[in-house]
Amino acid sequence: MDIVYSIRPLLAILVSLGAAALILASGRRPNLREAWTLLAAVAKFLIVLSMAPSILNGQVLEYTVLPLSPGISLQLRVDPFGLYFGLLASGLWIATSFYSIGYMRGLNEHAQTRYYFCFAVALSSTIGVAFAANLLTLFLFYELLTISTYPLVAHKETPEALAAGRKYLTYLLTSAVFILFSIAYTYQLAGSLDFVAGGFLKGQGSPETLRLLFVAFILGFGTKAALMPIHEWLPTAMIAPTPVSALLHAVAVVKAGVFSCLRVIDYVFGPSLLSDLDLWLVLGYFVSITIIGASLLALAQDNLKRRLAFSTISQLSYIVLGAALITPSALMGSVLHMAFHGFMKITLFFCAGAIFVKTGKENISQMNGIGRRMPLTMAAFAVGAFGMAGIPPVCGFLSKWYLCLGSMEAREAVFVLILLTSSLLNVAYFFPVVYNAFFKKEAGGAPPVREEVSWWMLAPILICALMSLILGLNPDAFIHFHQIAGMVAASIRGF
Amino acid sequence: MIDSMMSKYNYWMYIILMMIGFYAMIGKKNLIKKLIGMNIFQTAIILYYISIGVKKGGTVPVLMEGLPRAADYVNPLPHVLMLTAIVVSVSTTGVALAVILLIYRRYKTLEEDEILKSIR
Amino acid sequence: MNPPHIQATILIIIIPLMSSYAIPLLGWRWKRSAYFIALTAIGASLVCSLILLSTVLTQGTIHYHLGGWLPPWGIEYVIDPLNGFMGVVVCTISFLVTLSSKKSVEKELPEKKVRFYTIYLLLFTGLMGIVVTGDVFNLYVFLEIASLSAYALIAIGEDGAPLASFNYIIMGTIGACFYLLGVGYLYIVTGSLNMADLAKLLPPLYDSKVVLIALAFFLIGTAIKMGLFPLHVWLPDAYTYAPSAVSSFIAPLMTKVMAYILIRILFTVFKPSYVIEVVPVASILSWIAAVAIIAGSILALAQRDLKRMLAYSSVSQIGYIVLGIGLANKMGLIGAYLHILNHAFMKGCLFSVAGALMYRTGRRNIFQLHTIHRKMPFTMGALVIGALSMIGIPPTAGFFSKWYLILGSIEAQNWVFVAVILASSLLNALYFFRVIENVYFEVSQGGLKEEPAGDPVREVPLSMLAPIILLAAGILLLGLYNERIISGILVLALPRGF
Repeated sequence: MDIVYSIRPLLAILVSLGAAALILASGRRPNLREAWTLLAAVAKFLIVLSMAPSILNGQVLEYTVLPLSPGISLQLRVDPFGLYFGLLASGLWIATSFYSIGYMRGLNEHAQTRYYFCFAVALSSTIGVAFAANLLTLFLFYELLTISTYPLVAHKETPEALAAGRKYLTYLLTSAVFILFSIAYTYQLAGSLDFVAGGFLKGQGSPETLRLLFVAFILGFGTKAALMPIHEWLPTAMIAPTPVSALLHAVAVVKAGVFSCLRVIDYVFGPSLLSDLDLWLVLGYFVSITIIGASLLALAQDNLKRRLAFSTISQLSYIVLGAALITPSALMGSVLHMAFHGFMKITLFFCAGAIFVKTGKENISQMNGIGRRMPLTMAAFAVGAFGMAGIPPVCGFLSKWYLCLGSMEAREAVFVLILLTSSLLNVAYFFPVVYNAFFKKEAGGAPPVREEVSWWMLAPILICALMSLILGLNPDAFIHFHQIAGMVAASIRGF
Repeated sequence: MIDSMMSKYNYWMYIILMMIGFYAMIGKKNLIKKLIGMNIFQTAIILYYISIGVKKGGTVPVLMEGLPRAADYVNPLPHVLMLTAIVVSVSTTGVALAVILLIYRRYKTLEEDEILKSIR
Repeated sequence: MNPPHIQATILIIIIPLMSSYAIPLLGWRWKRSAYFIALTAIGASLVCSLILLSTVLTQGTIHYHLGGWLPPWGIEYVIDPLNGFMGVVVCTISFLVTLSSKKSVEKELPEKKVRFYTIYLLLFTGLMGIVVTGDVFNLYVFLEIASLSAYALIAIGEDGAPLASFNYIIMGTIGACFYLLGVGYLYIVTGSLNMADLAKLLPPLYDSKVVLIALAFFLIGTAIKMGLFPLHVWLPDAYTYAPSAVSSFIAPLMTKVMAYILIRILFTVFKPSYVIEVVPVASILSWIAAVAIIAGSILALAQRDLKRMLAYSSVSQIGYIVLGIGLANKMGLIGAYLHILNHAFMKGCLFSVAGALMYRTGRRNIFQLHTIHRKMPFTMGALVIGALSMIGIPPTAGFFSKWYLILGSIEAQNWVFVAVILASSLLNALYFFRVIENVYFEVSQGGLKEEPAGDPVREVPLSMLAPIILLAAGILLLGLYNERIISGILVLALPRGF
């Protein structure tokens, strides 16, 4: 492994912090303020992209910022996994920023400066999580992510929004306590917190100790990954504005949760230790409950965003399941699903938001015939829905394929069954939405007028839907997701 | 047992004095009584210190002709320390009295429970 | 004649002491000069403390003999890395708080300015004296100077201030007298009052009951003065009703200096081995501290008054420091030292914010602070940083002291303490986020919504805002650079054998 020292990881984090300060200062001039957001998003993506060639060549970029504690530094390292997450988050931030502008202005929302400020800080924290080289650095940015997204959840400032914010904080800060304990104990056992591909905890403690530590880690990081039973914050957080739900609660915050879970599984514990401890099968069954349970709960939701939230909960557990199966294909499917699900889910959330802006409707039962009004939007929604169900050629099929392959490699066919059942449930709760939108008549009987939302919102919807299709046909298109995911799977020793 | 009690009677006196003062500080409700308790408490400690320096056959610690050895004099160091402590005690009493004046002007009473009632 | 950087040891006391005499003299004619003399004196002490710290770190412990008398007959001032560190902490916070005191004193105590600053400087002198001295009785004298000044300053506040001050007088005097008794017992068996000398003379006497009683008296005395649960009863009233400038000064500093006294007694006068093995005082202290941490947080939850909430929070935070001392391993002590520094900055910032709120709105009730962040954005930003630090969110300073305390507890294999520290973070989050919610969002829970009569509510003047911002920035910087502080200063300040 070739280590190159480069300040670019730090720059990627700082660019949106700087933009955040500028956003605060230009609160009086909305166009300038939005310009800062867009500039920062593009700049961040370009910086992250510039690191891709080196990573694809097998190098690793490192930068030590400053020592945080005797023996542990605030250190950034861009390895394939980190680059993958960084590309996903920063790329989708560009789309969300355009969408945000359309959404916030379309609804004439209040407190927009605070909104854009928190968004910028949240994205800094996400990239920080992606590029963290050790558990303490990861924890630092993880907590900043919690704090910076709280004002976004409570944005509406109604009593329900504030209560949702309180629940959000309760769940996430309690999980932070578990994570802190786990990190401190890991330091005590191993003397180091640096991530090592294949894990570094082997032989550092008794099996009982390590099992307890693993449970604490998964409970901690699993809260952001919305594992059941600690998932409840996510549907409640849907009270936030839709761009928040789209980027943060489908891409940034929850993916930071699964990213950290995967870091723990593969870079702290490692596959061989997990199989020695027999923990991988337990974790597999544990998340399978979420996969099926969340899908069942999704069936019962009438509010579209809540249904999407439960769908997210279910899909996130696919990713953890893939990692829990500790085989190369499963991990590949896991990592691929992080990006593919991100694109598909963000499309679905963008559509939900567009429907809300245009018609004020939030519940599926009110959405009959909306396909006539907003055909492009609902077509994009259909693409996303197909992908979530795992129907080719949308990309969701590919990641499910790898996951099933991985289950066979792990010789546990039950997980294939679970994945297939979940796909069927996905069909059950998404297709009615699409069917009602296109094939039912609108209540009130008036002939529908074709009227889409503004291009600020429509373009990101269409682009993300298109990307989902393209990635399904050529997973290496544009951003080489497939290749990077392959590198991640290959780098973990001990399968 | 009685023997050790009797030979160390001074310490027992100071403990009793100290406890009287302590009780007054905690148990009494009138602020002046508390203050007096505080004074008794501090005085007990001062007496205790001074009794440390006593020597059998020692005399006042002022340098005299014909008595060059230090062993003939009572230990002056505790006396000096207690001069400081007396000053501290007097200043504390002064500050406490000033605060009591302030309380009296504001609440027209010096009983703690009545004052608490008028604050609530 | 000592070189100037050694003279700084005595100058650090003399300058504020003499200035406190100068203030009533000059202030009789020029009332405005009181503030400037106070500020200059504390600034000079700050410079001295920085000189002392750098000298100690480069040249080793400084010994200054007052009047040329050699110890153990004379009084000696000793500066080792721990004192030097404490000195810088006390001087920095004092300077920043004094800077912000100008406007609030003018508003709350207009005709008492001169007398206020006189006693204020005496309080500062007392605290600095405690920090630099190497003689246990001299420490008592300075302790009483500081305490008396504090009693007087607290009594001039609003509402129940005189009664709060009186209660503080009673309890504080008990504490100081117990300390004096401890000194007396040690003097009986050793005949010495010098700390270093006592450390040499005591070890052969470790199985004597007199020494044990002396230790007990010291502990109770300092516990009362520190506000360690359950001897904290004087603290909430005293901090709440004192004038803003006074509570901003006393809250960050007094209890920390008392904790410093505890450290000195436990680890310099008595050897660590005595305190940990012969008499398991350290473990008793750590359990009391654990109770203090939880009790303080729970009591803070019940408060509606911002200053009272912060006062109970201080009770909890003193628990952290004593827990670190009680763990008596390297990580725990580093956590305790770091928390002394961090808590001084955090409480300095938070009480200054409370003072700013008092200055502009006259309100202290949390539930009356609706959306005040629009009028006072910077002040409330500092409140958020202070709150995040108290909860323990990285990279603020508060997280790192908790980190070391947790590491220390794990090293001591004491899982209860780990749980206590983590649970208290969550409790802190509960009551601090309640404040943040009320400040930033329109929480309709009854309470007044009208503007107070008088000045429209806007941001505080620069003399108050600058220290608040500096303290908040300090919290962030201390967090990020905590490793430099630890490896540069604190590791040297550990008692021998850690």
